[in-house]
Amino acid sequence: MSGSAAIDVEKLVREFRKGPRAVDGIDLSVSPGEIYGFLGPNGAGKSTTVLMLTTLLPPTSGRATVGGYDIVRQGAQVRATIGAALQEAALDAMLTGREHLLLQATLQGLPSTKRRQRAGALLERVGLTEAADRRVGGYSGGMKRRLDLALALVHSPRILFLDEPTTGLDPQSRSALWEEVARLARDEGMTVFLTTQYLEEADALADRIGIIDHGRIVAEGTPPQLKAEIGSPSVEVTPTDPELGDRLAELLSGFGEMRRNGRGSVTVQLPGGEAELAEIVRILDRAEVRVQTLQLHQPSLDDVFLAKTGRKLEGSGDSPIVEAPEGRGRRRRRRGG
Amino acid sequence: MAVETAIDLPRAGHPSRSAGLVEQTLAVGRRSVVRVFRQRALMIFPMIFPLILFAINGSALSPATRIPGFPTDNYRDFLLAMPFIQGAMFVSITAGVDLARDIESGFLNRLAMTPLRGEAMLLGQLGGALLLGAVQAIVYLLVGVATGVSFASGVGGAVVLLVLSIVISFAFASLGGLLALRFGTGEAVQGIFPLLFVTLFLSSSSLPRNLIKATWFRDIATYNPVSYLIEALRSLVITGWDVQALALGFGFASLLLVISLGLSQSAMRSRLART
Amino acid sequence: MSRFFNVARGVAWRSIHNTVVNPAILVPSIVFPLFFLIAFAGGLSRISDVPNFNYPPGYTAFQFVFVFLQSAAFGGVFTGFAIARDFDSGFARRLLLSAPRRSGIIAGYAIGALLRWMLTGTVVTIAALIAGMNVNGSGIQLFGLIGLGVAMNLAAALWACGVAMFLRTEQAGALIQMPVFVLLFLAPVYVPLSLLTGWIHAVANLNPVTPVLEAGRGLLAGSPVKVAIAFAGLAGAAMLLTAFARRGLASAEKAG
Repeated sequence: MSGSAAIDVEKLVREFRKGPRAVDGIDLSVSPGEIYGFLGPNGAGKSTTVLMLTTLLPPTSGRATVGGYDIVRQGAQVRATIGAALQEAALDAMLTGREHLLLQATLQGLPSTKRRQRAGALLERVGLTEAADRRVGGYSGGMKRRLDLALALVHSPRILFLDEPTTGLDPQSRSALWEEVARLARDEGMTVFLTTQYLEEADALADRIGIIDHGRIVAEGTPPQLKAEIGSPSVEVTPTDPELGDRLAELLSGFGEMRRNGRGSVTVQLPGGEAELAEIVRILDRAEVRVQTLQLHQPSLDDVFLAKTGRKLEGSGDSPIVEAPEGRGRRRRRRGG
Repeated sequence: MAVETAIDLPRAGHPSRSAGLVEQTLAVGRRSVVRVFRQRALMIFPMIFPLILFAINGSALSPATRIPGFPTDNYRDFLLAMPFIQGAMFVSITAGVDLARDIESGFLNRLAMTPLRGEAMLLGQLGGALLLGAVQAIVYLLVGVATGVSFASGVGGAVVLLVLSIVISFAFASLGGLLALRFGTGEAVQGIFPLLFVTLFLSSSSLPRNLIKATWFRDIATYNPVSYLIEALRSLVITGWDVQALALGFGFASLLLVISLGLSQSAMRSRLART
Repeated sequence: MSRFFNVARGVAWRSIHNTVVNPAILVPSIVFPLFFLIAFAGGLSRISDVPNFNYPPGYTAFQFVFVFLQSAAFGGVFTGFAIARDFDSGFARRLLLSAPRRSGIIAGYAIGALLRWMLTGTVVTIAALIAGMNVNGSGIQLFGLIGLGVAMNLAAALWACGVAMFLRTEQAGALIQMPVFVLLFLAPVYVPLSLLTGWIHAVANLNPVTPVLEAGRGLLAGSPVKVAIAFAGLAGAAMLLTAFARRGLASAEKAG
């Protein structure tokens, strides 16, 4: 792995007494400014990995560097480089949002003259200015996560760890948090290591995804790469007249594998990718087959997960679909995809 | 979250310096104190309960002063030491439960991510409990004086009594902290609480040791360090300046403090286990 | 009526079952009275040397009666904790929904409290006997002492039941416990009433627990005093507290 990686992990293992290997020899590398999505079901080893990379849990074996520092030998430097919002929104219900930030700023060694300014700026940034002087006990789940994020940013870290940042949030709060994370990477070049059990979250936010199951990384790549590995897209064509099903099947037989769906509808694989869609439209047009609907199906991360682990991802079903933040698209374009 | 109106943040700049031990302790201590005082309702019961017992037993046991050889003719003088120790025991639970909650909620992990030193974390965490102990001690002292307790050692003795009771509160708070760090749950800390009270009742809290009739009870009270904490506090009220009693009291309180704090420190280290 | 007993039996069985299988509930309810017996009878025995302290069976017996009656009262109090817990967990609502005769619920909890206390009371008695307690009362008089304990247990259980059902949260624990605790300790715990002076004498004189305690001590010593007053007081308390508990139940029913 390159020496300039923001996070570089080799054969990292964590065993618990009398337990299985929670993390079983993972390798991964995250480039500076990248959002890396670490996707897996509950108990897959995501949080254990984050605890090791944030120096809160010593590994059993293997090595890792974060920000160029060794997580075992240079813990203090690692901690100075990173910010972390860990799974439990670990906040004190009795303190206000501002008091949390001031405490964090003091412990992080910010000069006393800068603490209030920094706290105020972060509160504004995460939209908590109005609630700043209210006790956290009265905050909603989304507000707590936002405060959690602000706390992780107090010392301007270069690398941000987010452990399941949106678990249990409503769709609006979730989408707001996604926007903020995308913005941090886009505008500040922050490296983000994000664990999630939501496919949509990984798909919408991450530049690259590692799928972890039973402590091992079973697949890794950009979301399009992962989906492409699973197979080609397919198109489902439904003719206006169900009687035309046979004719339709005959016309489309030259493409990939085909399936009849009833009511004349036909689904056909496109081994050549989405580009073949235009050809299909031309063929149908020439043959004067009138089409009621024509639907392109891309393989989803759910299919990827199913293919790699043999199971559906737990909890992904209850994840509401939220639109991808605009930030990600813009950033992609800037980087040339 | 306002993406469109995002503002430019002045970069904090990298830990230009690490906050000193004192500054860190004060920051964590401030939070601990704020917590305690924002939960005033929780402060009331631990403060009032020893006073109720003091009021009831101070009168109900007053015939004991007629036992030949009893060292004072006012049982409340004799009993005043009891609420201080009981209060300190409640403080130990407050301190322990608060720390356990921080462990359970992950707040301790958040602090562990900062350059905070273990000593500052521990001392700061106990800060609120220590202040609570001091406030309680002052209240008990005032109640004692208001109900006619007189100090054989004078005003200076009352001051020493406050100092000793704060040391005792701190020692018990460290013990509570140790339990929290070892077990990590509030239930475990609270489960130990009755045991603490047992040590109080199996001491010379109600009668002087030489007047305890049952030999086995007298032996237990003699080996029970809590007896010496009580006797030191009591000596200031009923005897005057009893150097031996004070030395034993301060000695045992300091010993408990040093042991609990030392063990807490190492428990904190392994609880944090940051690399 | 059979439906009433079915409900009562079911609730009582569950109460006992939960106590027996859960050491965190069982152990303190046995250990605390034992501890009080040790601390009071052992640590304070010199109190019997106070001039005019006259109780022939001795100080262990004197304190045993207090601890015995206190454990009876706390057997009832602990049941209130269990009810409050049931409301917090939602189990009590299920009970209200499914019980055909709801007053049977109160009876069930009260029977549960009695059975629990029988265990504690037995342990405390055995401990006191091992410690060399003298028993001067006759069989019938001792039966009377047990009767006082049963009535005390019932009254406390009804009180606890009422408070728990009115408040329906575990936070009710302190409110159930404190008045019982204070009432018990404002009786002549350490010395006979005649030796108390000042405000505590005035309060103990009016305290309804005082005649119960004195009657119990008299029965154990074989020279009964105030037995009729004690039983009448407890019967009156039980009647009033039954009405209180039923109103608590009605309030819980109304709240759903």
